[in-house]
Amino acid sequence: MIRAHVLVCGGTGCTSSNSPAIAEAMEKELAAKGLADEIKVVRTGCFGLCALGPVMIVYPDGTFYSKVTVGDVPEIVEEHLLKGRPVTRLVYDEAADKDTHGVTSLSDTAFYKKQMRLALRNCGVINPEVIDEYIALDGYMALGKVLTEMKPVDVIQLMKDSGLRGRGGAGFPTGTKWDFAAKSVSDKKYVVCNADEGDPGAFMDRSILEGDPHAVIEAMAIAGYAIGADEGYIYVRAEYPIAIKRLEIAIAQAREYGLLGKDIFSTGFNFDIQLRFGAGAFVCGEETALLTSIEGKRGEPRPRPPFPAVKGLFGQPTIINNVETLANIPQIILKGAKWFNSIGTEKSKGTKVFALGGKITNTGLVEIPMGTTLREIIYDIGGGIPNGKKFKAAQTGGPSGGCIPASHLDTPIDYDSLISIGSMMGSGGLIVMDEDNCMVDIAKFFLEFTVDESCGKCTPCRIGTRKMLEILEKITSGNGEDGDIEKLEELAYSIKASALCGLGQTAPNPVLSTLRYFRDEYEAHVYEKRCPAGQCKALARITIDPEKCKGCTLCAKICPVGAISGTVKNPHVIDQSKCIKCGACMEKCKFGAISKA
Amino acid sequence: MKSLQELAAIREKMKDKVSLREGVNDIRVVVGMATCGISAGARPVLNTLVEEVAKEGLSGAVTVTQTGCIGICQFEPVVEVFQGGKEKITYVKMTPVKAKRVVAEHLKGGKPVEEYTIGNVKA
Repeated sequence: MIRAHVLVCGGTGCTSSNSPAIAEAMEKELAAKGLADEIKVVRTGCFGLCALGPVMIVYPDGTFYSKVTVGDVPEIVEEHLLKGRPVTRLVYDEAADKDTHGVTSLSDTAFYKKQMRLALRNCGVINPEVIDEYIALDGYMALGKVLTEMKPVDVIQLMKDSGLRGRGGAGFPTGTKWDFAAKSVSDKKYVVCNADEGDPGAFMDRSILEGDPHAVIEAMAIAGYAIGADEGYIYVRAEYPIAIKRLEIAIAQAREYGLLGKDIFSTGFNFDIQLRFGAGAFVCGEETALLTSIEGKRGEPRPRPPFPAVKGLFGQPTIINNVETLANIPQIILKGAKWFNSIGTEKSKGTKVFALGGKITNTGLVEIPMGTTLREIIYDIGGGIPNGKKFKAAQTGGPSGGCIPASHLDTPIDYDSLISIGSMMGSGGLIVMDEDNCMVDIAKFFLEFTVDESCGKCTPCRIGTRKMLEILEKITSGNGEDGDIEKLEELAYSIKASALCGLGQTAPNPVLSTLRYFRDEYEAHVYEKRCPAGQCKALARITIDPEKCKGCTLCAKICPVGAISGTVKNPHVIDQSKCIKCGACMEKCKFGAISKA
Repeated sequence: MKSLQELAAIREKMKDKVSLREGVNDIRVVVGMATCGISAGARPVLNTLVEEVAKEGLSGAVTVTQTGCIGICQFEPVVEVFQGGKEKITYVKMTPVKAKRVVAEHLKGGKPVEEYTIGNVKA
């Protein structure tokens, strides 16, 4: 029974740096330790990372060792193959890679090179509290251009031609939205900016507001001119005090310069903006709930249609655009629709900002052209998974989205392909998970969030999501029974079909997508009472291998609950009913006899 | 302002200050001051830079200013130095003590402090 493979590179580069001797030493060492039947050494072709040679990869965990020497072999066998602890000093570390090593400018790092910063173009460049710096980089030129050279219909046509789609996650074409509002007849219309960013792990909008607030203000004025509105609201969450402060400063400066207010650029066009603060309700990021909240009522969604473009804020035609969507607009006006729609894929134009988080080397904010693959984002820009762990899935779209497994790493990131694999673009949170993450637990985390944030107006979401959560809690605590998984699916589909707003309609997505790609993990929890990732405490089993246990009694002495019994020089056993899964015994054991499964 | 000409005049006046062209000897130092930068301790770094630049009598040639998110969370506080005709220098994980040295050796002495730059600091 082979339990692990050790791949040693036998390419020309590694061979010249002594890899055959390493493979030989490995085989000898394994035989000496009596592991020859369990662990196989494989000599492979070139991995293509010759500069890091000699290279060695240990499967099933996928630990990647670089610059291995013959002298390192005993340590790898003893520590990693016997005790299951990778030798960290040999694990390939991107930060020490010569790509970055010695680089003194961010512009020369792999993290930066693959990016294309449009929405973030001024973030990290200008002082957001000085309007003159924004103007220095063509600020307010786009507003000047539309007011003095273009008719509202031309602006809308330009937006349509550019192919810009909503960056809040749903991906509705911005030009079409504006067109609906422009065609609605009323003497009062509104432009609203949705800055109520609520997805866990997403902070793109916050960064834009804090780094380039004028871009959003300018775009809102352009939108106002296009649809015939003279008033705008920015609905920003109160948890973003710095963003709020900079917006206030920016609005005051724009008014002082006459770029907001009456008769802008002497064209007779009036437009002003007010701020409204959200009090931390996730549902207020849903457009109809957001409008209700601005009106001073409790933030609850309304049925659509009528859509806001027809009957929105205070019953008047309203457009609601996300921060990142707006941040793209001034440049589209100045550089033209052709420039913008030459970037990206056929149906998703431009770039998308992602907030990289979770098990990834370079956490941060990145902006990439649409159509970039997930693999490029995670490995080239993000620097891969730390500690030599294996990639398991990436979660996009927050609590409304889904997860993307390793088999879809080469999917180009755009609205439609993400939907086709059961996830969604979402607002841009991208959380990376490795082999240590339990997918049932992840689904439970997101569902806890939506249950908490459900406004309670409609029954499917209020009760349905809670019932789903109860089933997940049952499964993760080891009490799952036959039929639970099917019940989860049935609930998920009926909630999707019947909930009132986007929050409820998408709440089951994390469960459905983990079921789609990681059903085996659910089944292991329910039928084998086992958590494959070892995350769910209630299901973890710590056991002592009687073959390896030397009866040294160290584990019994350290156990805080007295769950371990045995006599000196005889194998010990753990009483599962007493064990609290703290893992103290595993750390104490010198023989690698104790394991968690 | 009432016309596009006025806007364009501001742009021309400010352009050189924000994007330094070749041949401009001024130095622009920006400190990442979005929520992430501030929570990592960017404010004392900015204060130290401003104080030290004044103390060294560099205020005429060096502008120190705040900016938004540069995007590299795990390296905050981040300070970038722009100089006309030269590649910008990215300093990461800055502290007031490091900032003093950057002012003395780089802004005054003209030699970047390599060990504080992005390629030489572990995330």
